[in-house]
Amino acid sequence: MVRSPALRRFFHHPWVLGVLGILTVFVVWFLATSSGMVDKLFLPGPGAVWQAGSDQFQQGILVKDAIASIQRVFLGFVISAGLALPIGIAMGTNRTICHLLEPLMGLIRYMPAPAFIPLLIIYFGLEELPKVMLIFIGTFFFNTLMIMDAVKFVPSELVETALTLGGRGVPILTRVVAPFIAPQVLDTYRINMASAWNLVIVAELVAANEGLGKRISLAQRFLRTDEIFVGLIVIGLIGLIIDLGFRFLMRRACSWAN
Amino acid sequence: MHLQVSNVSKSFGEGRDRKLVLEDISFELVSGQFMALVGSSGSGKSTVMRLIAGLERPSEGTIHLDGEQVRRPGSDRGMVFQKYSLYPWLTAAQNVAFGLSLQGRGKAEIRERTAYFLDVVGLADAARLLPRELSGGMQQRVAIARALATEPKVLLLDEPFGALDLQIRESMQEFLHDLWKTTGLTALLITHDIEEALLLAGTVHIMAPRPGRIVHTVAVQLDRSDLRHLRVSQPFLELREELAGRLRSLDGSLL
Ligand SMILES: Nc1ncnc2c1ncn2[C@@H]1O[C@H](COP(=O)(O)OP(=O)(O)OP(=O)(O)O)[C@@H](O)[C@H]1O
Ligand SMILES: [Mg+2]
Repeated sequence: MVRSPALRRFFHHPWVLGVLGILTVFVVWFLATSSGMVDKLFLPGPGAVWQAGSDQFQQGILVKDAIASIQRVFLGFVISAGLALPIGIAMGTNRTICHLLEPLMGLIRYMPAPAFIPLLIIYFGLEELPKVMLIFIGTFFFNTLMIMDAVKFVPSELVETALTLGGRGVPILTRVVAPFIAPQVLDTYRINMASAWNLVIVAELVAANEGLGKRISLAQRFLRTDEIFVGLIVIGLIGLIIDLGFRFLMRRACSWAN
Repeated sequence: MHLQVSNVSKSFGEGRDRKLVLEDISFELVSGQFMALVGSSGSGKSTVMRLIAGLERPSEGTIHLDGEQVRRPGSDRGMVFQKYSLYPWLTAAQNVAFGLSLQGRGKAEIRERTAYFLDVVGLADAARLLPRELSGGMQQRVAIARALATEPKVLLLDEPFGALDLQIRESMQEFLHDLWKTTGLTALLITHDIEEALLLAGTVHIMAPRPGRIVHTVAVQLDRSDLRHLRVSQPFLELREELAGRLRSLDGSLL
């Protein structure tokens, strides 16, 4: 089909294909809406969505919402990640701690985090705390168990070599275990960040004064599908940027693992 | 330096799963000696080494290094594993420096010693390379340099060349022999390659499995001025054949 080798190389570049995939959806979207076959109320065209987006941007709502959501995710996730690291390492290296905590965490992990929302609202009201807590609950157990697994895969030779070189205790954790698991930890965070990002939207759909999820549920009340699309696209873009950020960090900090 | 292994037995597991892995192992190793343990897979060679390194404790018997009982790992017993033992995130030089910096030595001393030991193993040019950029043989040389850098009294080598191609293995054997001659290190080498043991070691213990025990000891007296020549010389081949026969009969008696 594609004859020229230069062209073929161009099309085989992963980015080109990725952009092509997104573009295709845009074109179909554009054609479907501009042909007048679908009700604009159900599916607004790209132009209308762009308009709604730039309106929100100019009013300052968009940035304010995005910051509100990002702040919640950031706070909840930093606490979750910060606690998961030492506890995961402790579980991975100490059998007693592992046997004590693993069944408990394995159980809680399978309780859907959104199911905690009613409880969190009863306990902590409608302010920031319940939302941050939700993100914590939804990611902490996954983070911890995945870090524990990473620690269990540290080759025993690496630890034993350090022991025979005169190492003992904490330096073995910081200088052997921690660097070895760093790439998996970053990957764990990247994966679980996606669910943190999902959960903040869920929490805001239920109760919030601002945030991207809140904006979507308001838009639904007024049948503003264009604003719903703005919310969805912005949420997707921010998620993608965070994901790429983690990948970038991993490539820079753990080049040895590639 | 005097390493004394006295009547050491080791079993793993409890109750009905209890399995005797080593039975009544005794030998001693003195400064400058090169000793090898040879035996088939599962005869407990690695366990002997791990006991000496302090990574395991004997079930019975004792191990003394210069009169002091071995209870835990320490930098006076350097260890080289068969594989996976370089820190993949550290360069060759940083790997060699690792033990020194664990011991909190000064920066200048670390730099100087690292350079010296990289040079000893012939890898001065590879200082800045990561392990994945090194060949298998180079990786093992870095591991040896790292173990030597903290100046252990005895170097424990657990099948250090077991994962290498035959040709590289031969050159590594020559490298290790030269290293032993020039530095006067004391070494305990584990291998299941009789040829390797005879080429390098002055004393070779043959181990039999289930339970692991020393069944035969050979004092090797061969002219080691030219290893390549030695490999194909008549006395060497005869000795090798004799020991190979012993090992075979050990395996055979267990079938
Ligand atoms: N931690 C352990 N727990 C239970 N059994 C063990 C343990 N370590 C070793 N063994 C058993 O002890 C026996 C001897 O093992 P060892 O690794 O010392 O043998 P080896 O001579 O080094 O063998 P190879 O040539 O395959 O390396 C084996 O049967 C092994 O299953
Ligand atoms: Mg072994």
